[in-house]
Amino acid sequence: MLEAPLLDVRGLRVRFSAQVEAVRGVDLTVERGQTHCVVGESGCGKSVSSLAVMGLLARGAKRSATHMRFDGQDILGLSDTALQRLRGDRMAMIFQEPMTSLNPAYTIGSQMAEALTRHRKVSKQQALDRAAELLTKVGITAPGLRLAQYPHQLSGGLRQRVMIAMALMCDPELLIADEPTTALDVTVQAQILRLLRDLQAELGLAILLITHDLGVVARIAHKVSVMYAGEVVESAPAADLFAAPRHPYTQGLLACVPIPGKIKRGDKLGSIPGTVPRIADGFTGCGFRDRCAQAMPQCADSVPQRDDGAGHRHLCHLA
Amino acid sequence: MAFHIRRLALALGFIIVVGIALVALLAPWITPHDPFLQNLDVRMAPPSFMEGGGPDHFLGTDQLGRDYFSRLIYGARISMLIGALVVVCSGLIGTTLGVVGGFFGGRVDAVVMFIITCRLSIPLILVALTVVSFVGSSLAVVVLTLGLLLWERFAVVARTTTMQVRNLDYIAAAWAAGCSRPYILLREVLPNIVHHLIVVTTLEMALAILLEAALSFLGLGVPPPLPSWGLMIAEAKDYMYFSPWVILVPGIALFVLVLGINLLGDGLRDRLGAARDA
Amino acid sequence: MLTVLTISFALTRLSGDVAVSMAGPQATQQDVDTIRKAYGLDRPLTVQFVTWVAGVATGDLGRSYLYHAPVGELIRSRLPVTLTLGLTGLVIALALALPLGILAAMNEGRVLDRGIMMIAVLGQAMPSFWLGLVLVIWLGVKWQLLPISGVETWDGYVLPGFVLAFSAVPALMRLTRGGMVDALASDYVRTARAKGLTRFSVVMKHALRNAAMPVVAVAAVQLGFMLGGSIVIESVFALNGVGYLAWESISKNDFPVVQAVVLFLATIYIALTLLADMFNAVLDPRLRIS
Repeated sequence: MLEAPLLDVRGLRVRFSAQVEAVRGVDLTVERGQTHCVVGESGCGKSVSSLAVMGLLARGAKRSATHMRFDGQDILGLSDTALQRLRGDRMAMIFQEPMTSLNPAYTIGSQMAEALTRHRKVSKQQALDRAAELLTKVGITAPGLRLAQYPHQLSGGLRQRVMIAMALMCDPELLIADEPTTALDVTVQAQILRLLRDLQAELGLAILLITHDLGVVARIAHKVSVMYAGEVVESAPAADLFAAPRHPYTQGLLACVPIPGKIKRGDKLGSIPGTVPRIADGFTGCGFRDRCAQAMPQCADSVPQRDDGAGHRHLCHLA
Repeated sequence: MAFHIRRLALALGFIIVVGIALVALLAPWITPHDPFLQNLDVRMAPPSFMEGGGPDHFLGTDQLGRDYFSRLIYGARISMLIGALVVVCSGLIGTTLGVVGGFFGGRVDAVVMFIITCRLSIPLILVALTVVSFVGSSLAVVVLTLGLLLWERFAVVARTTTMQVRNLDYIAAAWAAGCSRPYILLREVLPNIVHHLIVVTTLEMALAILLEAALSFLGLGVPPPLPSWGLMIAEAKDYMYFSPWVILVPGIALFVLVLGINLLGDGLRDRLGAARDA
Repeated sequence: MLTVLTISFALTRLSGDVAVSMAGPQATQQDVDTIRKAYGLDRPLTVQFVTWVAGVATGDLGRSYLYHAPVGELIRSRLPVTLTLGLTGLVIALALALPLGILAAMNEGRVLDRGIMMIAVLGQAMPSFWLGLVLVIWLGVKWQLLPISGVETWDGYVLPGFVLAFSAVPALMRLTRGGMVDALASDYVRTARAKGLTRFSVVMKHALRNAAMPVVAVAAVQLGFMLGGSIVIESVFALNGVGYLAWESISKNDFPVVQAVVLFLATIYIALTLLADMFNAVLDPRLRIS
């Protein structure tokens, strides 16, 4: 009997205005202690989905879903206050821009401590101790010094580590990471990813990681969902996806990645012709059909969700 | 909905300003009476629509029997005139300073900043009062004084925008193509900072009008018998307990005019800003 | 500073023969000469300037012609009134502008925001002295709510303070709103929300702290403006402060006083700007020199 997933989202839809529906029926599940990567290009709705799960959407956005459960408990209908209690405590989130994600007016220590004192009855000093402990865990030396410093005194890589440490203050079960390495140097990227993997192994942390970089996916994902134009077009265990992608978009994406050793001089770099369409209201069928080499007339109507039973699903007429 | 309110505000501002400007321009033809003509027989007559008022004087008369309505209209002239002249004067000074400082940078800019800082440290009303009092009060003096004092916002905005524009590529392109400095300043820099300056113009104009009113109110602005609205308020001060409309009318007129100018300025800022970013 | 001194000095010399102006229209030639001697106006301009500056440095601001008293004392005796008025005005202005600005930002784009901004627009167009007079008529006389002149009791400051504040509120309100709108849309506020902090904490602790910085700077400068504007307000409400002194001395050609008051106010302006800079450094860690 499979254990129920920690995060279970089905049919998520997010609408920004009468015309724009950014997320059109997305299913996401994250198992305890596993990493689920959501991949897609800019604008496909992956960030919006993660914000929707946390309830952090801007005021004008409306979200709906068939169900949205965290640890079996419904979080879709939760009041703002109840959601605030969950956030930072059992569900934490880190963002893409470490340079601007920390408040420049307060010290690192006070911002980290606040994450803990908000949810637990501990003294400020206890919170600071825990913060120092976590800073060490994420690989920051001289934590005492860092706690007293201000964000502008730290580099981007350091700030992102601080963000991770801050997210861990209350020992969350789920960490949502929205493109955490995109704004960082490549070498720092690798470090951060390694850190996340280690933390997962040590703390049993479940991670939902948003990225556009397949390299990142290859490094830490257990499971991958590929999003396009507001929908999940393919979802599979990582190894499966790389070995045998079923959706034409995924195939196209993987073909675009030049692999040293496999690609020869003079070979053309793969690319997918066309651009992401604007999905206006009333759009039916597959969002990829205008760019798909294998498009068929029925792609303009509804598209079936195919499931091979072993966790590999994709949204296409083709098998 | 929001967009419409914005449109409405701009339109309203425009109507007000143009309306009052027209009134000011056509003053000699539309005033029923001579605003300077005193007629002590009918002093302090209430407006036509209040009890005791006659059809002769639409808004009643002031303490010297002059037709209030006519004085009001002529007051519009004075306010608009002063506003316009002051803004032209201070605009020229401030823009020149700001553009020069922003464009050339370095020592020149340091000098400009020094001048601006000096100006900023001067208490405005006090100095204006002093000057007018010592040199003698007249329309020209008021205009000159305010014109020579109200340039700092022009300078600051001109300087900042010039500095932003200076670093843009098309300036470098013009420079590389061999254009002379004055040419670049006039043809490349100025057109691109103008829309910011237009907004400042409206704000400063409103400020100038309010300041002139304050100065006249204190007796150190436009001299009587010229019908400056501020002066009218001051004259009405002594009678305000008996006939409140005397005080209310010019104040409301001032308020409406300044409001119109501000709305116009805000609306222009939105319009021009939006058009630029588009 | 030097410029300020020069300007203060130069201003009074504008009208040509100072002694003649001071003596007034009824004076005889002999009166004029006496004044000229007594005030050292027969010496060359540069000497007069240096003497005056020297005097300022030692605290001697000259003697008032009108009151026959040292200027320094005149200013000192009237200072408390003006300062209290200015501070009252500032407090009222902040008490109105900050909450309204925050409210407007939190409801950005909605009816409340538009309404509050409309108040700002209307407020900016209002001539303050006129408002003062109107309030005097209605609140003071007709309804007898608040005293309209004199400051025997503390509520003598309410009306003038409010009128003074009125001119500063729109600018402060807009600035607060602008700063808050930016802050609320920022990444660090998103992080704060992600940490599960309450709405109150997010707004007041995180957003406000960052939005407050320019407001503080402007507030200090506004205080300066208000002190300048006190000239008008003090005459309307018959308050015996430095502003009123200034106006009196200007209209009665009491040069020494005028010089001194201009110098005084300009100095306060400068001091306030410096204070604002200091405040900014306190609030924004990035501005501190480590």
